[in-house]
Amino acid sequence: MNPPIIELRGIAKRFGPSYDAAARLTRGLAERFGKPPKNETVRAVDGVALTVAKGEVVGLVGESGCGKSTIGRMVAGIMPPTEGQVLFKGQDVTTLTPEASRDARLKVQMIFQDPYASLNPRMRVADIVGEAPLVHGLIRKDEFDSYLDMQLQRAGLDPTFKRRYPHQFSGGQRQRIGIARALAVQPEFLVCDEAVAALDVSIQAQILNLFMDLRRDLDLTYLFISHDLGVVEHLSDRVMIMYLGRIVESARSEEIFAHPNHPYTQALLAEVPRIDTRKRRFTAIKGEIPSPIDPPAGCHFHPRCPHAMPRCSVETPALREIAPGHNSACHLNDQG
Amino acid sequence: MSATLEVRNLRTHFFTRAGVVKAVDDVSFSVGRGEVLGLVGESGSGKSVTGFSIIGLIDPPGRLAGGQILYKGQDLATLTERDMRHLRGNRIAMIFQDPMMTLNPVLRIDTQMIETVQAHAQVSKAEARARSRDALGMVGIPSPEERLNAYPHQFSGGMRQRVAIAIALLHNPDLLIADEPTTALDVTIQAQILAEVQKLATDHGTALIWITHDLSVIAGLADRIAVMYAGRVVETGGASDVLDHPRHPYTHGLIGSVPSRNKRGEKLRQIPGTTPSLLSLPPGCAFRTRCTHATDACVQEPPVSDIAPGHTARCFHPVSA
Ligand SMILES: Nc1ncnc2c1ncn2[C@@H]1O[C@H](COP(=O)(O)OP(=O)(O)OP(=O)(O)O)[C@@H](O)[C@H]1O
Ligand SMILES: Nc1ncnc2c1ncn2[C@@H]1O[C@H](COP(=O)(O)OP(=O)(O)OP(=O)(O)O)[C@@H](O)[C@H]1O
Ligand code: SF4
Ligand code: SF4
Ligand SMILES: [Mg+2]
Ligand SMILES: [Mg+2]
Repeated sequence: MNPPIIELRGIAKRFGPSYDAAARLTRGLAERFGKPPKNETVRAVDGVALTVAKGEVVGLVGESGCGKSTIGRMVAGIMPPTEGQVLFKGQDVTTLTPEASRDARLKVQMIFQDPYASLNPRMRVADIVGEAPLVHGLIRKDEFDSYLDMQLQRAGLDPTFKRRYPHQFSGGQRQRIGIARALAVQPEFLVCDEAVAALDVSIQAQILNLFMDLRRDLDLTYLFISHDLGVVEHLSDRVMIMYLGRIVESARSEEIFAHPNHPYTQALLAEVPRIDTRKRRFTAIKGEIPSPIDPPAGCHFHPRCPHAMPRCSVETPALREIAPGHNSACHLNDQG
Repeated sequence: MSATLEVRNLRTHFFTRAGVVKAVDDVSFSVGRGEVLGLVGESGSGKSVTGFSIIGLIDPPGRLAGGQILYKGQDLATLTERDMRHLRGNRIAMIFQDPMMTLNPVLRIDTQMIETVQAHAQVSKAEARARSRDALGMVGIPSPEERLNAYPHQFSGGMRQRVAIAIALLHNPDLLIADEPTTALDVTIQAQILAEVQKLATDHGTALIWITHDLSVIAGLADRIAVMYAGRVVETGGASDVLDHPRHPYTHGLIGSVPSRNKRGEKLRQIPGTTPSLLSLPPGCAFRTRCTHATDACVQEPPVSDIAPGHTARCFHPVSA
């Protein structure tokens, strides 16, 4: 296997609450009168290890709010972890020289989940996409226009609209502006955070085909965050399943879809909606959804797990190998 | 009985410096009480602009250039801004594709939700807060009490989407336009929300326009489907008719691109060619340059034709069923 380009070791991320003045005051008063302060710290990511080898596509899947984007941001170097190390090509990113650090930032690009928030509303598309390659010397000034047109076209955007502002585009067009911007700086590693979620299937196919071409031609590496299991299965070599801040299962793509081990993964795969079901009755979630503010003890999945045993609410199951290259964190695997 | 909403020959154009963008050009459909209309189509084909037009949120240089939007028989396009605003708060709601169009980034979630509740119902602040908390719980946000104290940026992308949904559901609207509301949500949470929405349609009779590119959601949710391409509705019909027997070549190509219908790791099938620029649409059928069925006839404008009862396509040579 190729050497890892990105490695996360023992990563945790916690977000403290931020109080406005009024909330700080009531909190202060409550404490003075002997009420224990309410803990509102969000444990977004809790002890995650992850390696991505050069040229690999790793899919990251899990429930909304489980910490996928937070991992993505730490991989892209936009957000420091509370605990643990992020390594870029084997080196801890906090020990890099400023120059090497800038280079790493450029080489690892992120396509953001929220195309609106991530595009400067006062910049024209031409500058959003073209500025960074120019500033970083990837292209000369006289190449700007042709380079820009090529980048836009590749992402399925009409270059004649390059003088427009983001609000003049549709949702899916904006998402493609984000894709063009990330690809324009010629990254080695791409964090795709729900990067094709707003695209119709035909344009989505066009973008996914582009991703696969870039991988073949340039050895581009991907961390592919998506809720769409069909897309993840199609694209990924390896898949990691996350639940409430932790990785609960990881394996090669074929393996995980054919033999899901963790009860959460099994539940997830059982619910995939199909284009051939008609007018079905959707069902509400059974049991309470656990919260990262107050995660359940032991296995985080135990309040919803159909196989939960007494042990599950006490002891955290470790992520361990159950077959070559297949890891799962469930106590059921300890039983004969 | 008349439909909850009937859109007739709607045209919404943007008069930009580069030319007129005919984002919506002759769109007609209707949705009845408790009915779910799935609105699908190519990215940039005019789905969101159709939604904005219905709720009266088109800003210059855009404007309605023709047609009627009949809500319970009344043409919304002729309402005053004030009446429209009233209707929008009470009877008609839209879940925007961008949740930040609903949410204010500098206000806490509780402030925003309580304000919305109190704007339309005479209830105490405590009651409004309780309703807000329950609404967050309903869209699957854990620790709703604590989360009411958070700001939008402290939520994940999917959680922001869900807060926007919760706000739209606060007053049981009669007409709900949901624009890609569950795009980034995993299947479990999505099912939870779709269950709530189905309940709204059956219990309250809400008419739903569900805009999405996710055909598997539409397959499970919609009664009828309308497919858009380049500002036009190119096919309409019952969900099964359209998904199982697509007759317009665009719909046909779209359904063939679904990843689960393609083999792992292989190139995904995509519709050849690129979307035409709305500024310079070719005369005749807008899909002509990408269509494998195109003939000389297609340089003329294809009329909407009935293929089967309740199933229409705007095409000279519909794909055989
Ligand atoms: N303010 C504007 N000025 C000019 N053109 C606009 C403006 N807003 C939208 N458009 C154009 O109108 C067309 C329709 O946009 P709309 O947002 O309705 O697409 P959509 O079908 O919702 O696409 P998506 O699935 O990508 O969200 C697009 O081609 C878009 O570029
Ligand atoms: N800046 C922040 N401040 C406080 N909490 C945050 C912040 N960013 C994220 N969180 C919290 O961290 C948790 C994980 O968020 P994250 O965005 O990583 O989820 P996600 O898996 O990407 O979810 P989604 O699928 O909905 O996008 C959530 O509970 C969220 O509320
Ligand atoms: S450890 Fe226990 S609760 Fe957790 S997934 Fe396994 S059986 Fe279920
Ligand atoms: S009218 Fe002609 S070009 Fe248009 S979709 Fe039908 S066959 Fe194709
Ligand atoms: Mg996210
Ligand atoms: Mg849209």
